Amino acid sequence: MANHTIATNVYVSFLDKKGFLSWFLTTDHKRIGILYLISISLFFLIAGTIALLMRFELLTPASDFVSPHTYNVLFTLHGSLMVFFFIVPGLAASFGNFLIPLMIGAPDVSFPKLNLASYWIYLLGTIIMLFALLQPADTGWTFYTPYSANTDADVILITLGVFVLGFSSILTGLNFIVTIHKMRAPGMTWHRLPLFIWASYATAILQLLATPVVGITLLLLIAERSLGVGFFDPAKGGDPVLFQNFFWFYSHPAVYIMIIPAMGVISEIIPVFSRKPIFGYKAIAYSSLGIAFISFLVWAHHMFTSGISEVAATIFSFLTFLVAIPTAIKVFNWIATLYKGSIELHSAMLYALGFIFLFTIGGLTGVFLGALAADIHLHDTYFIVAHMHYVMIGGTVMGFFGALHFWYPKWFGKMFNESVAKLAWFLIFVGFNVTFFPQFFLGVQGMPRRYATYPEEFQSLMSLSTYGSWILGLGILIMTVNLLKGLFSGEKAPQNPYGSLSLEWQVPSPPPLENFEEIPHVTDWSYGYGKKKEVDA
Amino acid sequence: MEESHGHIHHMDPEVEYSSSKLGMWLFLGTEIMLFGGLFAAYAIFRAKYPEMFLESHQELNREMGAINTCILIFSSLTMAIAVTAIQKGKRKMAGLFILVTIICGLGFGVVKYFEYSAKFAHHIYPDTNIFFSLYFMMTGLHMIHVFIGLVVLGVIMVLTFKGKFNEKYSTPVEMGGLYWHLVDLIWIYLFPLLYLVG
Repeated sequence: MANHTIATNVYVSFLDKKGFLSWFLTTDHKRIGILYLISISLFFLIAGTIALLMRFELLTPASDFVSPHTYNVLFTLHGSLMVFFFIVPGLAASFGNFLIPLMIGAPDVSFPKLNLASYWIYLLGTIIMLFALLQPADTGWTFYTPYSANTDADVILITLGVFVLGFSSILTGLNFIVTIHKMRAPGMTWHRLPLFIWASYATAILQLLATPVVGITLLLLIAERSLGVGFFDPAKGGDPVLFQNFFWFYSHPAVYIMIIPAMGVISEIIPVFSRKPIFGYKAIAYSSLGIAFISFLVWAHHMFTSGISEVAATIFSFLTFLVAIPTAIKVFNWIATLYKGSIELHSAMLYALGFIFLFTIGGLTGVFLGALAADIHLHDTYFIVAHMHYVMIGGTVMGFFGALHFWYPKWFGKMFNESVAKLAWFLIFVGFNVTFFPQFFLGVQGMPRRYATYPEEFQSLMSLSTYGSWILGLGILIMTVNLLKGLFSGEKAPQNPYGSLSLEWQVPSPPPLENFEEIPHVTDWSYGYGKKKEVDA
Repeated sequence: MEESHGHIHHMDPEVEYSSSKLGMWLFLGTEIMLFGGLFAAYAIFRAKYPEMFLESHQELNREMGAINTCILIFSSLTMAIAVTAIQKGKRKMAGLFILVTIICGLGFGVVKYFEYSAKFAHHIYPDTNIFFSLYFMMTGLHMIHVFIGLVVLGVIMVLTFKGKFNEKYSTPVEMGGLYWHLVDLIWIYLFPLLYLVG
């Protein structure tokens, strides 16, 4: 790799240029990554606060804190913001932007201007969303017809916001696919690519193929409300279940848009802190594509109780079980990587281990839901809420936090307080389980989701869940403060604090404008731990 | 591709060309998925209401639809000629054929305008029935694509006349051409599905 100790010149990193326009007009993938990171983090904190309000309402059986209508608005906002503004762009847009060119040895993405345009489109979507808040929708984030076609709330604006975001997602995915195809450094063959790149590639395929379908679905919903088109209206010969089919044709693959990048993050963190080569590289790489492929064939498992035919339900149930295979391949390979490794419990590693533990619970409860008979009982109960939060927080958010702690020194050139980070992890891990584990029991006992009130016999579990949300909230608060504090008063980060072999750690922290002084020539994969002479083991 | 960073990275022209081409094809794939939702809805409702489709489609003006089909196919030909011309460095010819393509696109819009007006005059709107919902949504979304195509081709035409493209660098012309062919292709499916039922 190039020698970066420039004696005569002061080192200039990509962060050094100041001023609003240098950010607003930047085409540097690292800066665009930061813009996304700030935006999605803000939405995460806002939507998380809304969740705390909802849990507070659920502390007692009666609706004494907010009205049932307000509660409907709150869960709609929580869901829409978390899904469309935080977790779908999430890791892919923030860390994907930052890492993809660095990891493959490229100066930038293939289309830097398009990359900036994608961010502006994201901003436009958020502005539309803010206007939608004036008369907030109460449909839930799924916008199911016929209610969404008839409610007085402003559904058009919020769906328009999501529609606009879709363009951002599509263009980002397009950019990443072309970048991974065309911008790899010499010697960076497909089978030497870091696994995060494979994950990003699979995610981008999903973004490209699935997002247009939700786009047209939301357009049709808007036409339903504005032009009186009747595709989803039984009175006009339409079919509300068609909306569900369209919606989940996107939104099920979207679940994997959310989780696959996090899986990529875990595949990067675990070998570094186990000091062992990743086990089953090709299996992990191709299982990302496998998940992406199967994800297009399972959408109707969200609709087992919507009146689809038994034959269809049986086929979709079987296909749903298939998803468990590539997913489990990843989990087993991570565990095999840990086996007999020299494990260092860095905060990023703790998040990675938390991911494996929690995601496994989330994944296995998903198999319950894929089973037809069980789903009839569990559908639309708290079991679903618990399952999807185990996958989305236990999976994606753990991966997101892990990525934040892992690449923080590289991205910002600073260190955070590691002890505080570990404390925050502990609170988040405990708080998360106390919040959501009781919800499995609530669901099995028949407590339906999306209600502001509940029968008194559920109060002990419901209150426990609310107490858990406070621990979880405190943990996230401590983590946020710790990471922000590090930006201002953290120690300067070394180039490669963990002795990683991946390309992004072979440039200074934070990286220079051009990423690499000379485009590197790659001669090996980046997981050869314990075999090569390492920098600092 | 860009130099606006304030930092320079020259991309190999060959890589730039193949990147743009790959990107464009991926984008066209997303367009197919976008229209795919409508085609799926068409298939479902036509299977459900064959009589309604047969009856309602007679309200459509087959002659105008056929004329528009010819116009668009012809415009694809002129666009292909323009691309070939610029690849051989014939700027003026390329620009002229893009102009012909644009005129065809405008002509398509004019015919469509008369068709829509006739429908409204007969009190046929998107909410008349499912068939007309599909008709207006599908042709409307297609029309939006035609307009976007006209703007894109307009810009490319001006740049072509200004001499920005030549036999060594004609990527935008080719990409504009690909997009226009897609617009044409979608119409070739819309015409029989909507105008030639039964």
